[in-house]
Amino acid sequence: MARLRQCAIYGKGGIGKSTTTQNLVSALAELGNKVMIVGCDPKADSTRLILHAKAQTTIMSLAAEAGSVEDLELEDVLKVGYRDIKCVESGGPEPGVGCAGRGVITAINFLEEEGAYDDELDFVFYDVLGDVVCGGFAMPIRENKAQEIYIVCSGEMMAMYAANNIAKGIVKYANSGSVRLAGLICNSRETAREDELISALAAKIGTTMIHFVPRDNVVQRAEIRRMTVIEYEPGHKQAQEYRDLAMKIRDNKNFIIPTPITMDELEELMMEFGIIDQEDESIIGVTAAEAVA
Amino acid sequence: MAALTREETEALIQEVLEIYPEQAKKDRAKHLAVNDQSLEKSNKCITSNRKSLPGVMTIRGCAYAGSKGVVWGPIKDMIHISHGPVGCGQYSRAGRRNYYVGTTGVNTFGTMNFTSDFQEKDIVFGGDKKLAKIMTEIEGLFPLHKGISIQSECPIGLIGDDIEAVAKKANKEIGKPVVPVRCEGFRGVSQSLGHHIANDAIRDWVLGNRDGDDSFQTTPYDVAVIGDYNIGGDAWASRTLLEEMGLRVVAQWSGDGTIAEIEKTPKVKLNLIHCYRSMNYIARHMEEKYKIPWIEYNFFGPTKIAESLRRIASHFDDTIKEGAERVIAKYEGEYQAVIDKYKPRLQGKRVMLYIGGLRPRHVIGAYEDLGMEVVGTGYEFGHNDDYDRTIKEMGNATLLYDDVTGYEFEEFVKKVQPDLVGSGIKEKYIFQKMGVPFRQMHSWDYSGPYHGYDGFAIFARDMDMTINNPCWKQVKAPWKTDASSEAVKAAA
Repeated sequence: MARLRQCAIYGKGGIGKSTTTQNLVSALAELGNKVMIVGCDPKADSTRLILHAKAQTTIMSLAAEAGSVEDLELEDVLKVGYRDIKCVESGGPEPGVGCAGRGVITAINFLEEEGAYDDELDFVFYDVLGDVVCGGFAMPIRENKAQEIYIVCSGEMMAMYAANNIAKGIVKYANSGSVRLAGLICNSRETAREDELISALAAKIGTTMIHFVPRDNVVQRAEIRRMTVIEYEPGHKQAQEYRDLAMKIRDNKNFIIPTPITMDELEELMMEFGIIDQEDESIIGVTAAEAVA
Repeated sequence: MAALTREETEALIQEVLEIYPEQAKKDRAKHLAVNDQSLEKSNKCITSNRKSLPGVMTIRGCAYAGSKGVVWGPIKDMIHISHGPVGCGQYSRAGRRNYYVGTTGVNTFGTMNFTSDFQEKDIVFGGDKKLAKIMTEIEGLFPLHKGISIQSECPIGLIGDDIEAVAKKANKEIGKPVVPVRCEGFRGVSQSLGHHIANDAIRDWVLGNRDGDDSFQTTPYDVAVIGDYNIGGDAWASRTLLEEMGLRVVAQWSGDGTIAEIEKTPKVKLNLIHCYRSMNYIARHMEEKYKIPWIEYNFFGPTKIAESLRRIASHFDDTIKEGAERVIAKYEGEYQAVIDKYKPRLQGKRVMLYIGGLRPRHVIGAYEDLGMEVVGTGYEFGHNDDYDRTIKEMGNATLLYDDVTGYEFEEFVKKVQPDLVGSGIKEKYIFQKMGVPFRQMHSWDYSGPYHGYDGFAIFARDMDMTINNPCWKQVKAPWKTDASSEAVKAAA
């Protein structure tokens, strides 16, 4: 059996990390791999398409019920879904209270101590919320956890900005450990020359755009049924896209320490692709109403 | 050993600094000084209230210690919740010996530990619900409590729990004051910020509770004792003197104090500040808002007591002025007997102190009354206004050390060879093992009171039995002759 590969998916909030991860993981399972998903988001929506469930009961909510995380058993928190994909959700507090980061740390420590990463597994995917806001959300990329990071992004300015920021976070842990950037996944928003732009950004950061996932309504149709496209309509061309992504990730050898770019370089790149106009100092801080007058 | 000259003291500081790396040496040099009585402002010679250096053994506490341990903890009829993991409250429980009258667990709670005992799930999901539940339980189990304070430990600030909202809700439910205090341990450089935060919480949540309520019958002689924590009964020994001179002590802040006393304090005529460092903030606030003047006083040793009684009396009419003289005269025989008994045994003995709050300067007079000399002193968490007040109390060319490190303190003692060291429990056994007589000057070494004339008698006895204890003659190994030990000292 090949060595267990641990991968973390990061990216701007709402970019489609969970959807992409679950479709990708389904495709990997279809290819015969044993895969586990670890949801690292208090919303706990990283496994619903695999389990056909609203939201999986999370490690932290079960721990709170039982008293402490030491009172839990692995089988309490681990659910098996489509094509034997193993699913866990770290869980965490309601928005605005407590410490979600600590929840991720506690949950991942629990999984390690309980031996969730068994020899049978080929892949573990961590689906991590939005930005790396604090140490807790960097947990999956610390020593001995995920070694490969994939950043989901699109041709929109803020998505690229977030991708570059995440690359900065990876540098910190890459220098002290074995984590590496493994590629950008472009989840298309159908902006102009999106694939070229993301390829250019990837090149600047030192990596590649590993796959361009086009936009297709079948993803939403499947989601309404709490299913991945792979399961809902295996013959659809979008399912093939996810299979391509899965194969590229399976065969990926391009793991690097990223070279994040400066804000100026990023703006230059976006100007080059016409996302933003040539810098015009006269419009900065001027409201629409003021511009008309 | 003869007193050091200015040059010798300066050389000693340089020698002790020698071991530090360049950056640390530069930083620590600012905190060590030779006293110069001609200076008016201490910032000419010493820096204080700065972050301690990583790697050194500092003797400081944290903001939680300043708020819960010092300011709030002694208020005896309130319940103080140590909000967070169990250790902060449990390991500091009852450690300061703030004496009080009452039935613990019924109408007073001073030596008990109330904590929310945070577990992992409280960190992740927030501790608000648990806190609300604790307060409901407190109300059921201890119905005679007069209010609750919530003392924040570090995690509360990290996870952003809204303790103010919980406090307001609980206040409505139980109809008693509920005070949230943001004294997370990581705030500030020492316990000092904790005092300030605690003062501010009293100002914002308690002090104005009786504004516009004139039902309390005042007199022209009402005063409040501010900054006496009744350690070993200090406040009681002080209060007696004030009452005997004709004043009415309306409130004790906060040793053996109650929340009702605190609420009544804005009605007094004069605030008397003993521990300036921990409670000057609230005195300044009352001066500004209620126009109540405040003065500092010092009840350590008969000289300072007489000075203080007269200074306090100067703010009142002749009845009180006569009262002060009457009190001084009344106790003269008593304290003179103490001096006559102990001064011959203590004359010329040299003392080094390292303590907190007011003591590094306030106890100097008491030692001098016994013929002793304080040759080195320093504050754990003082600010420059403390050192301003210290310069004139200390002799020229004596040592001042701010936030002293374990290493520096030991080296100073080795070189200066005082007859007595007064500091805290962590220092006690180090110096005793070095063969140096030691008094624990935070909790009076389980003795006290030391305030007032009553306290002075105990203070003198304690110093005598420590310095002149026959055990020190036994510390030296019998095969070491005096000559050889002198040689060892000379070589060192």
